[in-house]
Amino acid sequence: MFEFAVIGAGVVGGMVARELTKYTSSVCILEKGSDVALGATRANSAIVHAGYDAAVGSLKARMNVRGSKMMAGVCRDLGVKYKNNGSLVVGFNDEDEQTLISLCERGKINGVDGVRVIYRDEILALEPNIGDEVTVALHAPTGAIVCPYELCMASVGNAMDNGATLRTSFEVKKIEKAEDGYKLSSDDDFILAKWVINCAGVYSDEVSAMAGDASFTVRPRRGEYMLLDREVGDHISHTVFRCPSKMGKGVLVTPTVDGNLLVGPTAEDIDDKEDTKTTAEGLAKVRAFASAQVARIDFSKVITSFTGLRATGSTGDFIINMPRPHFLNVAGIESPGLSSAPAIAEYVLSLLFDAGYEAEARADFNGTRRPMHFFSSLSVEEKNALIKERPEYAHVICRCETITEGEILDAIRTNPRPTDVDGIKRRTRASMGRCQGGFCTPYIIDLLAQEMGVDYTAVTKFGGNSYINFGKTK
Amino acid sequence: MKKDLVIIGGGPAGMAAAVAAHEAGVRDILILERDNALGGILRQCIHNGFGLHRFGEELTGPEYAYRYEKMVGELGIPYMLDTMVIEVSPDRVITAMNRENGIFTIEAGAVILAMGCRERPKGALNIAGHRPAGIFTAGTAQKFVNMKGYMPGKSVVILGSGDIGLIMARRMTLEGASVKAVCELMPYSGGLARNIEQCLNDFNIPLRLSHTVVNIHGRERLEGVTIARVDENRRPIKESEEYIPCDTLLLSCGLIPENELTKGAGITLDRVTGGASVNGERETAIEGIFACGNVLHVHDLVDYVSEESAIAGNAAAKYLQGKSNKEISVSLKTDGRVRYTVPQRLTEIANTSVYFRVADVYRDARIVVRDGDKVIISKKKQRLAPAEMEKVELTAEMISALSGGELSFSIEM
Repeated sequence: MFEFAVIGAGVVGGMVARELTKYTSSVCILEKGSDVALGATRANSAIVHAGYDAAVGSLKARMNVRGSKMMAGVCRDLGVKYKNNGSLVVGFNDEDEQTLISLCERGKINGVDGVRVIYRDEILALEPNIGDEVTVALHAPTGAIVCPYELCMASVGNAMDNGATLRTSFEVKKIEKAEDGYKLSSDDDFILAKWVINCAGVYSDEVSAMAGDASFTVRPRRGEYMLLDREVGDHISHTVFRCPSKMGKGVLVTPTVDGNLLVGPTAEDIDDKEDTKTTAEGLAKVRAFASAQVARIDFSKVITSFTGLRATGSTGDFIINMPRPHFLNVAGIESPGLSSAPAIAEYVLSLLFDAGYEAEARADFNGTRRPMHFFSSLSVEEKNALIKERPEYAHVICRCETITEGEILDAIRTNPRPTDVDGIKRRTRASMGRCQGGFCTPYIIDLLAQEMGVDYTAVTKFGGNSYINFGKTK
Repeated sequence: MKKDLVIIGGGPAGMAAAVAAHEAGVRDILILERDNALGGILRQCIHNGFGLHRFGEELTGPEYAYRYEKMVGELGIPYMLDTMVIEVSPDRVITAMNRENGIFTIEAGAVILAMGCRERPKGALNIAGHRPAGIFTAGTAQKFVNMKGYMPGKSVVILGSGDIGLIMARRMTLEGASVKAVCELMPYSGGLARNIEQCLNDFNIPLRLSHTVVNIHGRERLEGVTIARVDENRRPIKESEEYIPCDTLLLSCGLIPENELTKGAGITLDRVTGGASVNGERETAIEGIFACGNVLHVHDLVDYVSEESAIAGNAAAKYLQGKSNKEISVSLKTDGRVRYTVPQRLTEIANTSVYFRVADVYRDARIVVRDGDKVIISKKKQRLAPAEMEKVELTAEMISALSGGELSFSIEM
């Protein structure tokens, strides 16, 4: 019997689980995928919103502003890349100017620091490559960028380091009341927990319904993105949004913490909760919008495109409540969900205490974690000292991102442990560069097979039937 | 550490440059190779067809590489394996790392860049659809099959008719896979005519010219692709869409010279070749830094890589011996039909081979080289194609007789 079960190992589930381990190690994270961070956490805009966007008084506004203020500290503790780069919402005409002025007011009421409306000369001074037609912008200096899947892996990993259990490939199919809590069953297994926290992303409505609350629905909103080579990552330094208007919300153009340039997303409400395909129309739209906001983007430097699904709840706001005793929903966490995640975790704990959960803060909780990319941040002397001890840190596997065998082995041996090639990619960046794994995939498979003690052909791209090789040659 | 000549890359280009520099009198040479053996990409090219020009016989890739490895060994030229170069500075300080030495630097008298090229990756193609397992570049598939001994697929569609794709069409077929089609966006093949014949036609594999892949199906492992014919502007024609079930999509959509180190050294790249701009001696804009082989421009035949690399090796020797002679400044201009030339400029009066590629297929055309209005070379060709590299020979006499600082290269009908 666990004290807590957290359903869903996305960034919200990860942050909630970590917060819980500040009080107890009896936490079980249930994840239907083969790894953590596979849903909306894997594919989103990777930004920390300042908090001017959400409606005054909404849970979104509260969580966003609080989360944005917590984010730098959380990332420091967990060794996650974070950068306070500031954001610009750009407008093209008088109507946009009015919208931006009211956004600015809203931001001030929501408690966002430093927001103000600026004009072309000042915008150009901040961003020389801003779109030719841009006349006005809302500048939010507290806007930031972060790596969402790294934050998720680090928070799940840190929860595990503090005693939490992670069960992957465990899809909750049934929730029953059990003596002193709930029984959560997959097709072939079950666990018992006193408290259940539903962080199941696009599936959180279905999980809630299993527990008897079908009062809301969650629809996936598809967003397509393009990622550009690091060569053009410094084309802009701020996150550039378009002013919302009759023409839609536009897309964002942003540097990433890894130095790439990211453009997207489209916004399309769909029904299929696994439909992460990209479309020619969607990518064309991204390109057209982005080019108006930021000039001279070199789209020949696109290295990959992808689609993310945002969990859009039917209430218009985050759904964080306790519809059944000891069963909490953390649902409909669409944008600004990543920005809000640390605040949501804190809020969930306050709801638990209100509902009668009693615990003392653990004295043995360690909230820090070695950065996943610690090796690249070392000085040459430090690197050489480490290489003497472990020469595999001098053996480069991924040439494009300069990722060594040592770093890949560390990733395989660190919580939460990856079991497939994409898991290595998200943890180390190996195969994420300009050649997209063309050179290093065969070697990464070697390391995974060797460390997991499985056959070369058993290693998959991302679990399930995503096999890479079928068998020996003749 | 100090070295007279450091060569980055121990593939066919690096080895040929080393051998030439040694023969020209340089003794203090070091080759840095990131893989665990010399030979570069030739190690996985187990098919034959290498060496006809250079050795007058047909060799496999590993055999060709071994010829040079033997010369390197016999000449006693030192090399470091499993050694990754991280940086080359404009003043020729090289930072590298390996297990034995950790991160270390070498001050080099001269540097030859011979890092080769890589394949254009799938992401760059922006094909719509899902992202299942089973999509590889042809070269990655070649590594799985030839180096690792595993089969990455059973039923295969190939996008792009580059030479590696054609070679892999045959290779996968010989290993028991069914290759359904090779789709090529352009109305002509991206590979050598002999490979179309020997790798596709001999195995009844259809080459679908003016076709591309427009959609990828399957969520975990690839289940099929939708292909479509494209119009003259290379836009897919909706009505021509056709679904082909397959578990593997191989991409052979071109090669990109691997010039991250070059750019890091502050050398600007030729926008067309993707490599450094060089003079006849293959010297880049930075004195004492030379480039050769596929890092400079993508070649069809390794024989020409060796030839070019010998030029760079000789020139590096001359540079180290203080015999470099920059007596002229002539830039080579192109008309668009000729897409680029290598070298891009001449600084010495010497017999010089100029290599180039054309933009389209041209029949019954002439390669014309002009000094101002004066035609100095006019060479008739039955067929010119983008997949086949061309070359013209400029003699020292022609170069010394030039009236201006420009030579123009054009294709005329």
